[in-house]
Amino acid sequence: MTAFIIRRLLQAALVVFLMSVIVFFGVNVIGDPVDMLISPDADQAEIARTIQALGLDRPIGEQYLHFLKGVATGDFGKSFIFGEPALKLILHHMPATVELALVSLLMAILLGIPLGLYAGLYPDRKVSKGIIAGSILGFSLPTFWVGLMLIMLFAVVLGWLPSTGRGDTAVFLGIESSLWTRDGLSHLFLPALNLALTNISLVIRLTRAGVREAMHQDYIKFARAKGLSESRVVSVHLMKNILIPIVTVLGLEFGGLLAFSVVTESIFAWPGMGKLLIDSLLQLDRPVVVAYLMIIVLFFVVINLVVDILYSVLDPRVRLKDQGA
Amino acid sequence: MNTEATVMKETPLQRFWSEFCESRIAVASLVVLLIIILLAALAPWITPQNPYDLAQVDVLDGKLPPGSDAYAGYTMWLGSDGAGRDLYSAILYGIRISLTVGLAAGFIALIIGTVIGLTAAYAGGRVDTFIMRAVDIQLSFPAVLIALVLVAILGRGIDKIIIALVAAQWAYYARTVRATAMVESAKEYVEAARCLALSTTRIVIRHVLPNCLAPLIVIGTVQTASAIALESTLSFLGVGLRQTEPSLGVLISNGFEYMMSGRYWISFFPGIALLLTIVSINLVGDQLRDVLNPRLKR
Repeated sequence: MTAFIIRRLLQAALVVFLMSVIVFFGVNVIGDPVDMLISPDADQAEIARTIQALGLDRPIGEQYLHFLKGVATGDFGKSFIFGEPALKLILHHMPATVELALVSLLMAILLGIPLGLYAGLYPDRKVSKGIIAGSILGFSLPTFWVGLMLIMLFAVVLGWLPSTGRGDTAVFLGIESSLWTRDGLSHLFLPALNLALTNISLVIRLTRAGVREAMHQDYIKFARAKGLSESRVVSVHLMKNILIPIVTVLGLEFGGLLAFSVVTESIFAWPGMGKLLIDSLLQLDRPVVVAYLMIIVLFFVVINLVVDILYSVLDPRVRLKDQGA
Repeated sequence: MNTEATVMKETPLQRFWSEFCESRIAVASLVVLLIIILLAALAPWITPQNPYDLAQVDVLDGKLPPGSDAYAGYTMWLGSDGAGRDLYSAILYGIRISLTVGLAAGFIALIIGTVIGLTAAYAGGRVDTFIMRAVDIQLSFPAVLIALVLVAILGRGIDKIIIALVAAQWAYYARTVRATAMVESAKEYVEAARCLALSTTRIVIRHVLPNCLAPLIVIGTVQTASAIALESTLSFLGVGLRQTEPSLGVLISNGFEYMMSGRYWISFFPGIALLLTIVSINLVGDQLRDVLNPRLKR
């Protein structure tokens, strides 16, 4: 077990190191930030001063070593545009993204499970077929397209909900969030729904498959034979058993939500880290791009590591297979 | 009626076709897809305007609602965009670019993934472990994220987007091919080929590969659709194709700023074209999977 965890840790470290090399050297090859950041009227002395201030005059290998040293101490360099430390900038934008991701996860559960349950319990009804067809669309439609349609319908045609920004935030229990104000909630609804769409479809599929499989199991028949009401059989006996895979998958999907928030945040001008990434990419703000990519890679590597280790604890076959290979 | 023909056994292709036609939705999707491809291929001959020939575009025609008449005389049935391009023409040219990028990325990823997957299956041992680890690690990241990293590194443009899409997708093919090749190479016909002392290369290419084609075709259709979706996403975000290479994603992105002022058509119609393309490819892919997967055979 220890050997397995050590091997996985080393592997995770290797992935992070490789990504740091790819991301840093890769990003430093795009364009010349000097052209972007210094006004065309600046004289030579001013240009030289700025280049030196940003550390762009040193050889790239040295810049990388400097970068690694910085990463170890949580310093990814200063944003070219805002003049603030990149990490601070990202951490400043992170709560908005986490808020969006958590609310959309909640939506996936609250909408996905009832719909999936219905489709699983009454597979032959027209509504069920509609739900399944909808979930296929939810999988195959690009997120940005659905976001566009949501804006068009709810913000432009009906005018019910605002389509850009985060709205008013308030502090409650020490957390600043849009959840605590009416205006904030109205701003949150569309982007969260947009981000949740893929996961709603996923939960519908998982719940439906789980229900159809479980309905023929003996424990369901036994619960019915005991004379329990149908609603109790479904809400207690059935739900308990089908929730496990749904919870596991949704936990894994959280990382994906953070990655996909790049798209949703850009459409709805939601001031999170995904929008920050796109803005920085367009403005060639290298330190912020590098810092964002490194943080999100680190995040994914940690999620996968934890899941791998948890699985190996729960299912020893995973561990044995890894040793055999 | 020719009695001989009815007695004659169906060829595998005919059987495949009749099974495919069992789903009306799949047939309808195939028809839609073929129409889209045909429209895109014939775009220069069936559009009133080449939207990227500046001599044919008039800024005075800008932002006209659907059904307006252009200065040049023809009717703009789908309206015009901010620069005065006829949207119907722009969409057909856009589908061309979107399809080209999607098909090119899908095809290159298929070739690379197949070679790597077959190598893993036949080299075995450390090579196999190494390749499959790389595949596992890559598949643990969402494709959008991988594409974004590469776009951040490579920059914009058709060739760079194709590279980013291939890098984001090869692993799906590699894993499918390896799994199928492992199953196939345990079967009798491969053993028979070995007994004939054929070389490994020949067995792999002539005997195993053809039997891996069915899952490859299925995954190829679905991945091509997702390549088109991914390209349009990147282009919409402004980090994909350039304004000079207007795919559907670029058109939608251009129209987005006008949406708030009620000029919905500039984004909406290219969006519908994208929707029809992606959904029809996916539905055809779904039916292909049902027909080609022996485990689902009734």
